[in-house]
Amino acid sequence: MDWLDTWGLSAAVFVPAVGVVLVGLIPKDNEQLIKVVTLATTLVTAAFGVALLANFDYGSTNALQFEVDKPWIDAINSRYHMGIDGISLPLLALSMLISVLCVVYSWDHFPEPHNPKAFLMLLLVLEVGMNGTFVSQDLILFFVFFELVLLPMYFMIGVWGGPNRQYASIKFFLFTLFGSALMILGFLALFFKAGNTFDIPELIANASAIDHETQLWIFGGLFMGFAIKVPMFPFHTWLPDAHTEAPTVGSVILAAVLLKLGTYGFVRIALPILPEAAVSWAPWIGGLAVVGIIYGALGCLAQRDMKRLIAFSSVAHMGYVMLGIATLTDFGVNAAVFGMVAHGLITGMLFFCAGSIQERFHTRELARLGGLLIQAPKLGWILGFCAMASLGLPGLAGFWGEFPAILSAYQPAPGLSEELFRVYMVIAAIGTVFAAGYLLWMYQRTAFGRPKEEFEKADIHDVHAPEWIAWAPLLVLIVALGVYPRILFGMTDEAVQTVTAAFASLGG
Amino acid sequence: MLSLLLAQADTFKTPHLDYAALSPELVLTGVLVAVLLLDLVVDETRKYLVTQLAGVGVLVTIVPVIALAVNGDDRSMFAGAYVVDDFALLFKGLFLATGYVVLLMSTRYIEEGDYYEGEYSFLLLAALLGMVVMSSSRDLISIFVALELLSIPAYMLAGWRKRDLRSNEAALKYYLLGVLASAVMLYGMSLVFGASGSTLLTTIGEAVSGSVGEEPLITMGIFLIVVGFAFKVSAVPFHFWAPDTYEGAPTPVTAFLSVASKTGGFVALMQLVYVGFYGRADVWGPLFWVLAALTMTVGNLVALRQTNIVRMLAYSSVAQAGYILVPFAVAAENPDAVGTAQTATMVYLVIYAAMNLGAFAIVMAVARKTRSGEISSYGGLFNYAPGLTVLMTIFVFSLAGIPPLGGWFAKLAIFQSALDAGTSNAVLLAVVAGVNSVIALFYYASIAREMWMRPVPDEDRTPITVPAPLAAALGLTAVAVVAVGVYPQAVARLGDLAQLATG
Repeated sequence: MDWLDTWGLSAAVFVPAVGVVLVGLIPKDNEQLIKVVTLATTLVTAAFGVALLANFDYGSTNALQFEVDKPWIDAINSRYHMGIDGISLPLLALSMLISVLCVVYSWDHFPEPHNPKAFLMLLLVLEVGMNGTFVSQDLILFFVFFELVLLPMYFMIGVWGGPNRQYASIKFFLFTLFGSALMILGFLALFFKAGNTFDIPELIANASAIDHETQLWIFGGLFMGFAIKVPMFPFHTWLPDAHTEAPTVGSVILAAVLLKLGTYGFVRIALPILPEAAVSWAPWIGGLAVVGIIYGALGCLAQRDMKRLIAFSSVAHMGYVMLGIATLTDFGVNAAVFGMVAHGLITGMLFFCAGSIQERFHTRELARLGGLLIQAPKLGWILGFCAMASLGLPGLAGFWGEFPAILSAYQPAPGLSEELFRVYMVIAAIGTVFAAGYLLWMYQRTAFGRPKEEFEKADIHDVHAPEWIAWAPLLVLIVALGVYPRILFGMTDEAVQTVTAAFASLGG
Repeated sequence: MLSLLLAQADTFKTPHLDYAALSPELVLTGVLVAVLLLDLVVDETRKYLVTQLAGVGVLVTIVPVIALAVNGDDRSMFAGAYVVDDFALLFKGLFLATGYVVLLMSTRYIEEGDYYEGEYSFLLLAALLGMVVMSSSRDLISIFVALELLSIPAYMLAGWRKRDLRSNEAALKYYLLGVLASAVMLYGMSLVFGASGSTLLTTIGEAVSGSVGEEPLITMGIFLIVVGFAFKVSAVPFHFWAPDTYEGAPTPVTAFLSVASKTGGFVALMQLVYVGFYGRADVWGPLFWVLAALTMTVGNLVALRQTNIVRMLAYSSVAQAGYILVPFAVAAENPDAVGTAQTATMVYLVIYAAMNLGAFAIVMAVARKTRSGEISSYGGLFNYAPGLTVLMTIFVFSLAGIPPLGGWFAKLAIFQSALDAGTSNAVLLAVVAGVNSVIALFYYASIAREMWMRPVPDEDRTPITVPAPLAAALGLTAVAVVAVGVYPQAVARLGDLAQLATG
């Protein structure tokens, strides 16, 4: 299909932007039409995603496909260059899927102060930014999409969020902007040091000419931008606040997609363009990753709020992803990409559950909850299922993100200290025990036992239709990827090998 | 003595006048006179005709500017003292567009406030003429004349709300410090003239790069001239007049001062520095470095503590001036980066004009209902004026430099010039600018927070009626901000075309 080759990716990115304009034209009171148009927009976008998935050439996932390369800002030699390979494709699909499900989920429970029109318009702007980031092959284009998600998320947390929303929203905004200010300086340094181009494939070819010390500095700039977004310890402090205060849909998008922008940046930009600097930085990144795993887990054990607990578990899970990346091996990076998708599905689901529990009980305080399996058994079982997936139970998706990442640390890329990474491996393995601890603890306190007195008489309804529709795809995917991980590894492996090829030769 | 002078008189030849090159100035002067005459004949109830004539006149003046740009020839008069090239035309166009938007903003404000309307338009046009002349001035004397022509009407405009004490204070402060700056600058000019023997910037450029470059007189002269203009563009530590003047002056005048008048100062600086003083980068380079770092940091830090929206925008525009000073500092670091530095300044000035005018237009629209300049009066604006809220959100986040709004490309251009120079001083300045843009986000976002996330202070939710001219001003600026943000090549290209040749 020719049109897909030339227009497919642009459509996948900008159909939601058209939706923003359409929704903007509908009067505020016509809520039904607003919801229908938004849903249609996300579905059309997802249809483009399906078309891309169907026509993707799985024989050569390391090559950029559906590539578009048009002039954009000639003055700085930045081009409208898009394309996807085996690493971008699953993340693009995840972003599209989550967008649809979020519209479905919010169908009849918009958080206060209601206003579906503004809420859904922001959601569509978010989708433009997320999809765009995953398909950009030009640093400036990447930067614009990377930043485009900030404004809608700022308003989503700040307007529709919990009691402490204003603090959480500005904290999120300031942290991320600080990182991206240093990141853009790194991008510009790359431009001037590696042949006046922002084109990612060209930079990968050119950047070895940069001297080692400059590489280290540039990598430092990129690291700040991506690590704050991931977020890695010690830059994670914005995350628990943002997650806790955000409305359910905001938390889901934040966990499922926005955090992946950071790790994706490492895999797409930082590692392949600056491999030598990556080798020097990797021990530090790995160290921060395992600190994050343990710190996140301990943080979880100290939480009284269910959403905050899930937020801290994100810090720990992203630690596994970053550990996989830090090994600089084919095995590790594959695990990392798998971990990104799995974390997106599972933690997204956990936040959905937390949101639904809060909607029913009007609290997320673990001490006040209990007996969910009696009052709403289906919701209880789903929560249990997600907790199991999150702690890395074999047979569910979480396992394939966590276990190979730990294993890959046994044998890091040549040039990295084996002893050090084996220590990391042991620490990360201990982290999984903590993970089982805090997730089961959370599950026990919410689902087991008898309902607390104050809720005994409350009318708690079980999972209803919009929730089923929004959750079923996620649940199915968690099982499918867990049972047959090749769906994803088959897609990513070849592309990851291209990324890590440089490291195999470096140490030699 | 007199006879000696008279004896020379016969050698005087009429200079060649290129009327085509002067056509924008001539048309604008014609409009100026017409406005003054019309004001005499129309009665009190129909004074709005005067403002309308002024607006149409400014639009008509843009026609010859475009014609000259399409024609594309560089025209030079008075031995190079007055040049019409792409640089001059770019800024003539920018000044006229700014002037038109300010007139749109002023229309109802001046009418409803019961201030003199005819004279207001006249003075605004006179200042505009000064700016148009400034764009072409490549000579110390014509720069000074243009500067006075753009400043003196502005002193009066700042005091236009004559029964308001704060407006009087604004005008007086602006006047006194403006005159002081002029004096300092003029003294510097006399020193430069004394050492180089010419007022022509190109000749000064040759002299500064050559034999007399090392003279202490030149060093002193350059220093004083730059300091004089630092007052004009309100760079720290010469910024103290700006917040008081901006707060006291009528809001459209504040918009005019913070955009057009400031741009006028930067245009003069670009011509002086790149054409005249380029050979002594060791003098002005460090000076601009310190000015830029101080201006960004102090402007942003003080802006954090403001509770009045106009004062906050005043300090924000001080900080923005700091960003615009960055390319000057880095151009001194590395001669190869002069091209990118000039482009960065031009790109920033064009984008800054659109976003800052837009922000002030919103301030005026909201003040029509709330009659207040306090930021707290913006509480819950989204509930009863969603359109204005979205536009203000666009403008403030553009000022903060968030993609995809125009301001991001302006910031990028600044960073780019710094990394193009690539020296450690330049990169350090870029890091200072980067950290500052994070600080700035806090107060820009606080306006957005007030509008979107706070309750309406007095539960008064009467919708705001925006008069048509103000709505037009908002529309023009918002479209410009978004269009440039999505397709920055439009302005980046202009910057590349309109380079000044360094002396």
